[in-house]
Amino acid sequence: MNRSGKTADTMEGSGLTISASSIKVNEATLDEDTLVFSITSQKLSNGMGVCVCRTYEDFEWLQQSLFAPDEPDLHGVIFPPLPAKLIMSPQSQINNKTLKQLGFLALGDCCRTYCEALELYLQQVALHPILSKNKALETLLTNTESPGKQRAKKGIFNRLSQVMEEKRKESHKDVDDFFQNERDNNSNMTALTKVTTERFLDVVLAEQRLSVASKHLSSSIQLWVNQEDSANAAFSKICLKTSKVFETIKRNFEKTAENNISTLGLGLDLQSRYQEAEKEMLFRRTCKLVELEAANKNTERAKANKKGIMEEVRNVLEKQFDGMSSMARQEVGRFHQSRVALLRTALVSWCEQQLNTATEIAALYSEHLEACQKLPEE
Amino acid sequence: MKMAASSERSPPPFPDAEDQESEPALRDEDSDEGADIFLGTNPLEAMADSTFSASDVLSDLPNDLLGEPPSAVFGDPLSNISKQESTSNPAKQSSKLPSDVPCDIFDPLHGTGMEPKDDGKNASLIDIVINPVTSAKDNLPVDDLLSQPEIDIPAKTKTEQPAELRSEERPKDEPLSVASSKPKKDLFEDSPEDLFSELPKTKAKTKPQMDLFGDSSPDLFMDAKAAADTGPGRNAPADLFSEESVATTTSKSAKSNISANSIVTANSKANGVHSDEEEQDIFAEATVELSLDSPHNNRKTLDTTKPSEPASSLSAAAGSSKAQAKTLEELEEEESEDKFELNISITNPEKVGDGMNAYMAYKVSTQTTLPMFRSKTFTVRRRFSDFLGLYEKLSEKHSQNGYIVPPPPEKSLLGMTKVKVGKDDPSSGEFVERRRASLERYLQRVVCHPSLLQDPDVREFLEREELPRAVNTQALSGAGFLKMINKATDAVSKMTIKMNESDVWFEEKLQEVESEDQQLRKLHAVVDSLVSHRKELSVNTAVFAKSVAMLGSSEDNTALSRALSQLAELEDKIEQLHQEQAGNDFFVFTELLADYIRLLGAVRGSFDQRMKSWQRWQDAQTTLQKKREAEAKLLWANKPDKLQQAKDEIAEWEGKVTQYEREFERVSATVRKEVIRFEKEKARDFKKQIIKYLESLLQSQQQLIKYWEAFLPEAKAIA
Repeated sequence: MNRSGKTADTMEGSGLTISASSIKVNEATLDEDTLVFSITSQKLSNGMGVCVCRTYEDFEWLQQSLFAPDEPDLHGVIFPPLPAKLIMSPQSQINNKTLKQLGFLALGDCCRTYCEALELYLQQVALHPILSKNKALETLLTNTESPGKQRAKKGIFNRLSQVMEEKRKESHKDVDDFFQNERDNNSNMTALTKVTTERFLDVVLAEQRLSVASKHLSSSIQLWVNQEDSANAAFSKICLKTSKVFETIKRNFEKTAENNISTLGLGLDLQSRYQEAEKEMLFRRTCKLVELEAANKNTERAKANKKGIMEEVRNVLEKQFDGMSSMARQEVGRFHQSRVALLRTALVSWCEQQLNTATEIAALYSEHLEACQKLPEE
Repeated sequence: MKMAASSERSPPPFPDAEDQESEPALRDEDSDEGADIFLGTNPLEAMADSTFSASDVLSDLPNDLLGEPPSAVFGDPLSNISKQESTSNPAKQSSKLPSDVPCDIFDPLHGTGMEPKDDGKNASLIDIVINPVTSAKDNLPVDDLLSQPEIDIPAKTKTEQPAELRSEERPKDEPLSVASSKPKKDLFEDSPEDLFSELPKTKAKTKPQMDLFGDSSPDLFMDAKAAADTGPGRNAPADLFSEESVATTTSKSAKSNISANSIVTANSKANGVHSDEEEQDIFAEATVELSLDSPHNNRKTLDTTKPSEPASSLSAAAGSSKAQAKTLEELEEEESEDKFELNISITNPEKVGDGMNAYMAYKVSTQTTLPMFRSKTFTVRRRFSDFLGLYEKLSEKHSQNGYIVPPPPEKSLLGMTKVKVGKDDPSSGEFVERRRASLERYLQRVVCHPSLLQDPDVREFLEREELPRAVNTQALSGAGFLKMINKATDAVSKMTIKMNESDVWFEEKLQEVESEDQQLRKLHAVVDSLVSHRKELSVNTAVFAKSVAMLGSSEDNTALSRALSQLAELEDKIEQLHQEQAGNDFFVFTELLADYIRLLGAVRGSFDQRMKSWQRWQDAQTTLQKKREAEAKLLWANKPDKLQQAKDEIAEWEGKVTQYEREFERVSATVRKEVIRFEKEKARDFKKQIIKYLESLLQSQQQLIKYWEAFLPEAKAIA
């Protein structure tokens, strides 16, 4: 398998023939132990629909294909973050570990949120000026065969996480104020966004618990009323009404939590993961910087006979670093734009949905109130 | 129905009768007042009292319940009965019963002003009395011996509880008298002695009449009894007497004793039957009755004085038993027409004192248009133990009769300690508010109860500036209180097994109450978890808001930063809403359910009282059976010397059985009425609360809509 050749090919490709906004991850079905996602999209040219089924491994393959290690400029790209793998337990229930790992993405019915996160991922890749040109994306979206089988070797992502000692380079002083700034800012924002997302998750979980508790109360009351005969008809009616009220309350929390998950929750989660992606990119650049500075030192110290080779190495590194830096600069700008846009979309649709829910529930409450006031006492 | 009616006869109903009466009494002032007078003047009509008290009670009940104006009462057959009874004790008996004794008998008595010592008259009267009683008791063999014991049964049973009764009834006179015309007010508030002395002035005309009856009727009674009771059977009453006489050392009883004594002696001579011992007994009973019956007599007197033609109403009396039956049924239906013009609020909880001796005092404000109160608005300060004390007093008086006395909130050592120690702990503030609201609901429930509202202790609690410090409220504190309820519950369930329930209604109701209790407890737990989840959500929202605020301040994008800080504010406001809603959940539902769990305890308590009453009746029946067997053995063994004693004992126990059965039926009727009332109150209460809750939900939802609407443009403004 000639990976480099293929990458070169894709890079030279004329770009994606699929409309980015049409990419949809519709549903996830459990095929034995594996989740299978059905992905639909439309051709840019004729609007023809394409539908494929993909596993998480296919997404991983895409992510690794996007990053070609021998393409130095790509080191400066902020790769759209692929969500961590969702492992379904046999009871198709979300356990605490998954919840901790995935946060919001583990919530929602039938992996709905997770699908949306994958969809956002694909869209972000498709919208990326450089990554969208990669044939791997087109393959994933259109090829009927599963590309994941041509297993790519572990890419930079895995390697990065393994190399822990390089973490110390994170605090390395940057030569460029822009990047130093961005790095500081990023680590601050990453932490804050992560915490905010977690706390929002707590809010949503509390809402879900409240929804369950309200449901429980509602059915308890109903059960009670059913047990009591019509001996005290007026009281039974009141209880029945109370049960309905709590059902509405349950619906309120349920809806509110759903809205929270599908809009702001997802938005914050993406935000958080994107910031991690930026951090990784910045880190890659920092690593390169450290490498370059080391090369500089070596060149200075090198004896005359080795100076030539050293300089050559240094020059290569410098060229790589410069290319990477200029790419990174672009990417950071682009990232901030899309980040704000994404958060805006999340906030606006969140607000709209919550407003709708609040209005709907308020109408239900006033219906209940009216009905209650008409209830007979005797 | 006659049974039910007569069951009202026994002493415990008296307070009921009082209570029932007092509402109409407000309108019907004269009648009460007259009645009171009667009591004073006619202390000796022991026998008559015991018999007519039944109709007395009945006539009162329907009035209240049906809400008929008191004027109508007199046209009512029921009231007629009581009227007749009161005016002409022996005559009443005859009129009520199918026996042929002419109603006219009554009139002659009146007119002639029969002398107490007129033996001839007495003799005839005795017959009259005996006959009605026997015929009233259809189920008993018509036998002189039996009928006579019956006569003394009422008397005896009365003597069993006089100590309590007296203590209750004397204060009872107070509200009545206050409501009624002024001049007599003093009389009633004072000791009965005053009544006695002042009566001649106020009701000079009625008095002589009363005296006639008062004198004559005891005579009748005693004679009858004396004839029946010879020898060992008398021991029990004698004991009673000794107890009672100690308790009844008022000058009133002393006076009546004297008069009774003389009469008795006269009679006994005439009859030649009595021994000295018997006389003593008779005497004792007469005195006891006097003190017990006084309130009732009082009420009756009014009847005599006001309508003034007792004879005319005699004819109506025949239909009375039917009417009574009907009214008892109607009790259940129509009972809730009480419209009290009474608002009670508890405000300004205030810590009084320092350290561990500190306590919370609450301002109890009453607004009312009820004439039984001295003014329209008044305010007193009460502490928690005063509320407990009120409950204890009410419970002591009314529980045994099958009333559902609303229980107060439990004592909370933990909560109160926090209040005492803590400075500005928010949980202690919450505790105080919770306690305040809980006490308010408690008091409102008490005054909503038409009978309890009439209790002088309730009025005193609301009106009197300084209450004597309540003691012994320890028993009610926290766990102790629950234990008490649980104990009652255990007792009930134990008895249920033994009790062969004759009334399906009670059987079903008790089951209902028990399952409801369980359901309520479950619901309480669910609501509790709901509240804690709501609190959790509130906390989480606050934390999230803080995070968002920090995120916003670190954000470089100006518009996003602004939007985020707006979002933080929004979340803060939402947090407030959650907090308020948690409070609503708690105060509306948790507390409502807790109240009703306590109230169901009280409901079970009233079932328990009914069981106890039943048990007593059954025990008496068993004893009676044994006595009969003993008599049969004696007959067999041909031991005539002991036979008379056995017969006496049988007679005594037959009386007891009847008495207890009536008591049981009376308690049953009260419990039934109370449970129906309770259920109506419950429906009303829950409806009120759910409406209140929905209003709060709607309000907070509307607030939420406003918040979202305000935030939307901010979100859209992000560039």
